[in-house]
Amino acid sequence: MSALPTPAAPGRRARRLRDLRRTGAAGENPKAGESPNAGENPKAGESPATAASRVPATGRARRLRENLVAYLFLSAALICFALFAWYPIVRGVLLGFQQVTFAQPAEWVGLDNFRRLFADPLFATAWRNTGYFTLLALVFGFAAPFVTAVVLNELRRGQSYLRLTVYLPVMLPPIVTMLLWRWFYDPGPGLFNNVLGVLHLPAQQWLESEHLAMISLVLVSTWANMGTTTLIYLAALGGIPGELYEAAELDGASIRRRLWHVTIPQVRFILLITLLLQVIGTMQVFVEPFVLTGGGPDDATVTILLLLYRYAFVYNDFGLASAMSTLLFVVLGLFAGLYLRLTRTKD
Amino acid sequence: MAATEPRSRTLIAPAELTRPVGRFLHRFVLGATLTGFTLAFVFPLYWMTTGALKSSAELAEPHPTLLPSSWHPESYTEAWTNTGLAGYFLNTVLLAFGALLFQLVIDVCAAYALSKLRPVLGNAVLAMMLATLMLPVSALLVPVYLTVVDVPLVHVNLINTPFAIWLPAAANAFNVFILKRFFDQIPTELLDAARIDGAGTVRILVSVILPLSRPVLAVVSIFAVVGVWKDFLWPMLVLPDETKQPITVALNRLAEFMPANQLLAGMVMASVPLLVLFLLFQRHIISGLTAGSLKG
Repeated sequence: MSALPTPAAPGRRARRLRDLRRTGAAGENPKAGESPNAGENPKAGESPATAASRVPATGRARRLRENLVAYLFLSAALICFALFAWYPIVRGVLLGFQQVTFAQPAEWVGLDNFRRLFADPLFATAWRNTGYFTLLALVFGFAAPFVTAVVLNELRRGQSYLRLTVYLPVMLPPIVTMLLWRWFYDPGPGLFNNVLGVLHLPAQQWLESEHLAMISLVLVSTWANMGTTTLIYLAALGGIPGELYEAAELDGASIRRRLWHVTIPQVRFILLITLLLQVIGTMQVFVEPFVLTGGGPDDATVTILLLLYRYAFVYNDFGLASAMSTLLFVVLGLFAGLYLRLTRTKD
Repeated sequence: MAATEPRSRTLIAPAELTRPVGRFLHRFVLGATLTGFTLAFVFPLYWMTTGALKSSAELAEPHPTLLPSSWHPESYTEAWTNTGLAGYFLNTVLLAFGALLFQLVIDVCAAYALSKLRPVLGNAVLAMMLATLMLPVSALLVPVYLTVVDVPLVHVNLINTPFAIWLPAAANAFNVFILKRFFDQIPTELLDAARIDGAGTVRILVSVILPLSRPVLAVVSIFAVVGVWKDFLWPMLVLPDETKQPITVALNRLAEFMPANQLLAGMVMASVPLLVLFLLFQRHIISGLTAGSLKG
C-alpha cells in the first residue's frame, strides 16, 4: 500500500511545506541551512511577497516551488485518475485486440475478437434488445417527467410534497427496487395481477412473456429514475421569466399555444440534454434484466451490458468483452460528442 | 424551494385560475396528482415496510393484504442478527464513509490546487479529468477490473479490499469540477490576507477555504455516500468474499434463500439510511442535481 496516499498525509505534508517556506511564519523556526534566505534573519510576520520583492533573483525558484506545491496537492488525484480512468481507457481499447486469460500473458490476436463477436448470434440480439429498451424508455421516460414537471409547476399547493415523493424511488438502491418489483410482477401473490383481478382484467405474465418482459423492465426503470429528470425540468421551468407568459396572454394566446410557443422553446435545450443523457444511460441498462429476468424469456431481455458481463465475468473472456465495450464506447461516443457540442455552443 | 416567496407567472394566468372552471380543474388535477403520486411512489415503500411485518405464509397467499393480519416485528430483528444482515450493513457503512473520506481529501486537494495554486498545465489536467465524465461507465468496467486485480507498477491485488471501491471512487471528475467552480468564487484577496498573516498553503485551505465551502462539501459528501450505497455491479465484482460484501450485493445473493418477510426487512434496512439522508438534505441534493445537469 506504499503508493497510496493515506488521509494522514496532509499533516505530514503540511510540516514539510512549512519547512519549505523561506520566510518562517510567526512562531515557526525555519530550519537553518535549508532556505536560501538562511543568511538573513527573517522577521516574524514578514510576508513572502515583500521578501520576494527584495530578492527578485529568486522569482523563478519561487515559481518552481509553487508549482511543486501545487502538484503535491494534485498528486493523489492524478494517481487515482491515472490508474482508474486514463490508463484503463487506453488499455480497454487495446484489450479488444488481445486474448486475455488469467493463466498466461496477453497475446495479440488482431481482429479475432471482433470476428467472434459478430459470429455470436446473441450479439445482434443484445443490440436489438437494447435499442428496443432505449426506444421504449424514451417513450415512457422522456414524456412522463416533462408532463409531470409542467403539471407540478402549475399547482398552487402540495408542490413540495409531490417533489419529495417523485424523488423517493431515486433514493432506493436499485437492487431493492428490483426485488420489490419482483413481488409486484409475481404471477401468484403479485400486486399487479391482483389489481387487474379486482378490475376484472386478465392477469398478465409480466416477466415471463416475450412481449411483455421488456416493457415490464422499462416500467421499473422509469419508476426508479424519473424523479431526477422531473426535478431538473422543474428547475428549468421555474427559470422561465413570467413576462413572457404575460406577453403571450396579452396577445391572446391560449394555454396550449403558450405551452408550445413559450414553455417548450425556453426549455428546449434542457430537453435535448436530458434526452441525450437518457440515451447514453439506457444503452447501459444492466441491473433490471440481471435481477428480474436474467436475460430471459428466450433471450428477449439480453442487453449489451448483460452480455458484456457474461463474456467477462462468466466466461472470463476479457478480450471478447473489451471488443464489445469498445464498440459500445464508439456508439455512445457519438452521443457524448453531440452532448459536448451542444453544451459548448450554449456556453 | 421556499413556498413563501411570491410565485412568478407560469403557464396558466392567475385570472384563469380564479374562474370557477379554472378553480375546479386546479382542484381536480391537484387531487389526482396527490393521489397518483402517493399510490405510485409512497405506497410501494409502505408495502415493503409492512410486508416485512407479515408472516411468510401470509406473503405467499394469492391475495395480498393491505394490513398484516398478524404482526411479526421479529422478522426485522431476525434478519438483522440470524441472517447476518448486520454485518453486511456495517460493510456498506464502512465502504460508503471510506469512499467519502477518500473523495473529500483527494478531490478537495486537487480542486484547491487547480483553482488557487494554478500550476503549469493545470487547465490541461482539468480538461483530461473532465473528459472522463464523457466515458460510459460500462466501457471502463473490464479494464478497471483488471487494474484492480493487478495494480500497475506496484502489483497489488485489491480484490476483496475496500480500496477497490475507494480509489476508483476518488477519480471523480464531477467532484473536482464542482469543488473547483466553488473555490473559484472565493476572492483571492482573502487568501492574500491570510498569507500576509503568515498562513501556509495548507493552513489557508483548512482555515479559509473549507469553512467557506460548507455547502459544496455537503453536496459532494451526500453524493459520495449515496453513490457507493446504491452501487451494485462494481462491489459484486470486486468483493467476491461474502463476508466483505455490502448489503445490496448480499440481498441479491440471499434473495432466494431468505424467508420472504426477512428479505423485505433487509430491503427496508438497505433503504432507510438513504431515505433519511434525503429527507434531511433535500435542498443539497436538489442543488447538486441541477448543478450537474445545467452546468451552472
